[in-house]
Amino acid sequence: MITICVLFPDLLGTYGDGGNGLVVAERARRRGIDVTLVEAGISDQVPSAELYLMGGGEDGPQRLAADLLRTSVFKDRVSDGAHVVAVCAGLQILGETFCVEGNDQFEGLGIVPVVTKRGERRAVGELCVRVGPNVLVGFENHGGQTSIEGVPPFGTVTKGRGNDGRVDGYRTKNIWATYAHGPVLAMNPWLADEVLSSVVGTALEPLGTAADLLYLERCRVLAS
Amino acid sequence: MSKGSKLRSDVASRAVRAVNGLSRLTGRGSGTVVGGRVGMKIAPDLVASLAKDRTIILVSGTNGKTTTTSMVAAGWGGVVTSNQTGANMPAGHVAALVESRSANVALEVDEAWLPDTLRTTHPRVVVLLNLSRDQLDRANEVRQMAERWRSMLTSSPDPELVVVANANDPLVVYAAEVANHPLWCDVPTTWLADAVSCPKCTLAISHVGTSWHCSCGFAKPLAVTTTLGDDLVVDGESIDLELAMPGDFNRSNAAMALTALHALGVELRGAVTRINALQSVVGRFSVRRWNGHTLQLLLAKNPSGFASMLATLPNNEANVWVAINARVADGRDPSWLYDVPFEMLRGHTVYCLGDRRLDLAARLDYAEVAYVVVDDEESIPKFKETVSLLANYTAFSDWLARSDA
Repeated sequence: MITICVLFPDLLGTYGDGGNGLVVAERARRRGIDVTLVEAGISDQVPSAELYLMGGGEDGPQRLAADLLRTSVFKDRVSDGAHVVAVCAGLQILGETFCVEGNDQFEGLGIVPVVTKRGERRAVGELCVRVGPNVLVGFENHGGQTSIEGVPPFGTVTKGRGNDGRVDGYRTKNIWATYAHGPVLAMNPWLADEVLSSVVGTALEPLGTAADLLYLERCRVLAS
Repeated sequence: MSKGSKLRSDVASRAVRAVNGLSRLTGRGSGTVVGGRVGMKIAPDLVASLAKDRTIILVSGTNGKTTTTSMVAAGWGGVVTSNQTGANMPAGHVAALVESRSANVALEVDEAWLPDTLRTTHPRVVVLLNLSRDQLDRANEVRQMAERWRSMLTSSPDPELVVVANANDPLVVYAAEVANHPLWCDVPTTWLADAVSCPKCTLAISHVGTSWHCSCGFAKPLAVTTTLGDDLVVDGESIDLELAMPGDFNRSNAAMALTALHALGVELRGAVTRINALQSVVGRFSVRRWNGHTLQLLLAKNPSGFASMLATLPNNEANVWVAINARVADGRDPSWLYDVPFEMLRGHTVYCLGDRRLDLAARLDYAEVAYVVVDDEESIPKFKETVSLLANYTAFSDWLARSDA
């Protein structure tokens, strides 16, 4: 049994990112993989899970989410190898520091050597990222300027800003971090399967879904 | 007003009428925004000069603006100046204020434009309906909007301004608690996902029964208007609300419209009779004919609006079409589809229409709702019964334009 946990949908769920949990769980179930999808809300204990999903949120809630995670099992689970897909605010929280409410610097969880400052202007629009042989599509909406040192980016930005206009997110053995909403796993079925395959530790049979048609269309629209 | 600026605003008003008339005549637009823009080029303070010496009620919030503004106008009785087409930014306000010189004015206002419009029009009453996630590509974050409203009311130059506000929406309460004369309304409010964390201190808000509070002391205020079941009470007076339009959200809208009118001394019994009689507002809930189909048009623009609208569908409703666009006026990011409880449609086959029908189809697929992606609308098999067509903003306008009464 694999537990997928959506972390604080009430704090980090502003941009539909809760959909990422639904997508991975559904793609697992359709292949006969036994999964439980749980949502850890603001008043709940963070459960032990194989996969954690974090979304985007507003300044105050982002600060609270970081504080709640600091005192939970989350950090231990991640150093034990639990997987994480972190989007936007989630990406920032896993780092050393981030800025909220103007330029006030706030401490992240320090899981990855990443620092986020307030960008000069907000990045709002379609985001396209080249990830090895794949293309990642999504929509970004954030004010962060993220510097990554000692950790590789998730991919190279071909449209939009991502971390800094050149690269987007970061990638460690068990963490995928990006600025792309969409939700990103709904928009990019290849990524949903990459994550799921890593969590279950086996290769997966291909799965035909409406999301495949959507992905092809978004790639076509954004390339033109 | 100086003689020069009076002349300038007269010229500007004539230009607004001329350009809007031309726009309608040539069929290039509904003739509301373009003329207003021209007028404001000639006289930048046109809104202020047109608003002078009139009794104005402003209506804003994420959902229900157009309907509530229509209810205010209808309930008021007589000739009321109003931006009925939903053009809710300054150019639309100018067009409405030029088109009719009536002393009583009801204007719907885009949330982001409310502080500016409050400053220029000096309303007697402002109605704050609700705040939830909508068009985040433009508005960015809903809490920022609550913050902007709050500072707008903190620095309001009108000490007599009455603020009619939803007591069940913590974000609205956060904005309106600084007002001199708040009139709180205890009305049905189902969408609270954007106010789970306290707007003051970010801790969790506890909801107990019909009340709510946070450990920091922030809590639901005492209401003057209450709706419990079928009873509506405004300021101690019990009112028979029997709306022709469906849904709890319309009961909320009507309760707040009546509270605003009551604050101006409008007699409630006459007002409620006129509001009860409203059948549809700018096409919303209207039944239309298209290509042999009978369609009921339902506007749903964001998660909160969709959740309310899905709840009004009959359980055995077999015919549901959903049309989704992501143009500028809709918000260009459709990821909010994952915040809509489409799981409620399991058992139906949903026809997916609009520019972003594949985004919708993917969402329905993951929700285990059967779907048909419609690339050519003419190819849809003929339905005998009425179809419920839920559409977001520009998709709704398209379907209203292409269908017949």
